[in-house]
Amino acid sequence: MLGLNKHDAMLFVIVLILTLLAPFLLNPFPQGSSLAQFNAGYPDLMQRFVIYGIFAIGFNILFGLTGYLSFGHAAFLGMGSYAAVWIFKLLTYNVVPAILLSVIVAGLFALVIGYISLRRSGIYFSILTLAFAQMSFALAYSVLSNPKFNLTNGETGLQVYSNDPQWLHRASLPDMPHLFGLSVRSTYTLRMNGWTFDFNSGYYICAAIMILMFYLSIRIFRSPFGMMLRAIKSNQQRLNYTGLNSRPYTLAAFVISGMYAGLAGGLLAAMDPLAGAERMQWTASGEVVLMTILGGAGTLIGPVLGAGFIKYFENIFSKINDNVLHQWFAFLPDGMEDLMVTIVHPFIGKGWNLTLGLLFMIVVIFLPGGLVEGGQRVGRVFRRRDRKASGAEAEAARQRRTPAE
Amino acid sequence: MDAILLQILNGLDKGSAYALIALGLTLIFGTLGVVNFAHGALFMVGAFCAIFLQRLLGTSFEIIDETQKDFLGNPLKVQAPYIEYWFGKDIGASIIDWSVPLAILLTIPVMLVIGYVMERGLIRHFYKRPHADQILVTFGLAIVLQEIIKYFYGANPIQAPEPSAFKGSVDLGMMLGFQANAIVYPIWRLVYFAFSVVIIAGVFAFLQFTTFGMVVRAGMVDRETVGMLGINIDKRFTIMFGIAAAVAGLAGVMYAPINAPNYHMGMDFLVLSFVVVVVGGMGSLPGAVLAGFLLGILESAASTTWATTTIPGINQIIIYLVAIIVLLTRPRGLMGRKGVMED
Repeated sequence: MLGLNKHDAMLFVIVLILTLLAPFLLNPFPQGSSLAQFNAGYPDLMQRFVIYGIFAIGFNILFGLTGYLSFGHAAFLGMGSYAAVWIFKLLTYNVVPAILLSVIVAGLFALVIGYISLRRSGIYFSILTLAFAQMSFALAYSVLSNPKFNLTNGETGLQVYSNDPQWLHRASLPDMPHLFGLSVRSTYTLRMNGWTFDFNSGYYICAAIMILMFYLSIRIFRSPFGMMLRAIKSNQQRLNYTGLNSRPYTLAAFVISGMYAGLAGGLLAAMDPLAGAERMQWTASGEVVLMTILGGAGTLIGPVLGAGFIKYFENIFSKINDNVLHQWFAFLPDGMEDLMVTIVHPFIGKGWNLTLGLLFMIVVIFLPGGLVEGGQRVGRVFRRRDRKASGAEAEAARQRRTPAE
Repeated sequence: MDAILLQILNGLDKGSAYALIALGLTLIFGTLGVVNFAHGALFMVGAFCAIFLQRLLGTSFEIIDETQKDFLGNPLKVQAPYIEYWFGKDIGASIIDWSVPLAILLTIPVMLVIGYVMERGLIRHFYKRPHADQILVTFGLAIVLQEIIKYFYGANPIQAPEPSAFKGSVDLGMMLGFQANAIVYPIWRLVYFAFSVVIIAGVFAFLQFTTFGMVVRAGMVDRETVGMLGINIDKRFTIMFGIAAAVAGLAGVMYAPINAPNYHMGMDFLVLSFVVVVVGGMGSLPGAVLAGFLLGILESAASTTWATTTIPGINQIIIYLVAIIVLLTRPRGLMGRKGVMED
């Protein structure tokens, strides 16, 4: 199907169904029930799932395939956002030109930064990309927001004001980002005794793009180009000995992943027309590394899983407060209850980053292959149990035979 | 002339911090071959040792002061630190005043222990793993350390003033024969510079003139051979990790009065310190120190009004620009050895 083999096609269909039915799947608990806090089916959060999914898929093309660890990918995300908001300010609120421009801008910057950074590999590459990202952050945060040449609006963040020109804007169009007149905020809410499901047009725009991007990444993974990138990861030196120049391949991978990041940035701005410099900070770069590793670097589905996992738990953990904890541990005796709440307290609410850091360390230490590898390990344990059972039978059969010999 | 001198002086305090952190980073890289992304966090933890001691010494209880009256004429309740109660008013007050230098005594053992635990508990398991894994796990550790500090001390910067004896500025220009008020420099920054010179000299002397240091240097050159000679090199490298952590902590503790510590100061310094290490040459100790001071001075030179009006924002990006140029033209850095991490 679509040039995919059976296994990939199945994966693709699974992702397709999951993203399309996300409004149902993420709202499994009825409104008003005590478990409703675990619902994640609001438009805002679902948009972030898929957008960061795109970001992580793109990062995985670079890190997962070539093994080049970039610590500055958030810079492209930020550039994409700025580019999109500029389109909103100058031209129109239509998201199509905004997203196109953000991809182009991020791609151009990725070409320049990649051309320079890829002259080095290993740690030096990481440090170089980090330096470039920090430089972009510093530029966006302070330098490019001087009154004479205000490109980024500094600390406040770039946003659309009512006196912006917007040359192609017409009064009949909604006064917010839209796709040919369909506002990204328009939501159809389906109520079914107790359950509510939100179908948001912005989410479906992002989801459609993510599915497309996921398909593209499968094709890249399975193409000769992807094979070449994998060869670079396993042994670049040997590849060079064969007379191949590997740099065009790594540069292409870098630019592609930069464009993915720019696309994600553009979508972020399209869902909420605001771009701030903090999107480019090293913490944001670290987050996408984390998503990819957590899901499983170098696997197809891993980055999407990782992005969803992190954004979901970020949302849930930030909402939990001490009152909720007291409810959870209410079955314990009073002293124990308070003790448990005190122990868990640093990890929830504002402490989400602490949990994230710990999780990151645990994954890197014990599960370098991420959730996908974890799933495979669990799967293997079950399969081995089956085989052991059948193996015992075979053993018994053999023993029965032996005396006869 | 005096303007140039002033810029050099202005660069010294940041340069000292860069040099100290970069020295620790290089020590760890040279001995254990690990890129420690948590080193900035260690710097930050050191700075918070100063805050911790300051708070500890300032622990107070309420007493009723008969000599002061509130507006109703009742005796006023005042906070009196325990230290003043135990040692008398004057000695107690001066102990509190000197809390930042005193924190050095606290920082050294704390950082040695943190460094030792970190190496034995975590880093040790990563020698055989790829550099990317080392970067990632220490990066995670940096986040964790940062968030723990944030949990206890909040997100806002906390002031840790220097002792009142070192407050204010000194007119260096007068001493050197320039006009008055041409070169006015805060005393504490001079102290910081002198302190960092002492620490750097101490580390070098330790490596150069002690048997322990000799073994470590031999281990840096050829770890396996040293191990075959029957020397437990791993143990010594662990101690060196502790020392590197202590150097970062000391850099942090004395930096607290210059820049009020907050939980993310470490990461801000870390990125720059990496740049310093790369510019100086991966694995070269003198290179790290030299590049630290050089880049510190360069940064302050780029912050002059002349430079910022010529190229706006040059002060924000100068260090990165230099790093990029150095990496591309001379990948082994200013003083790096040939063949060490040149890929």
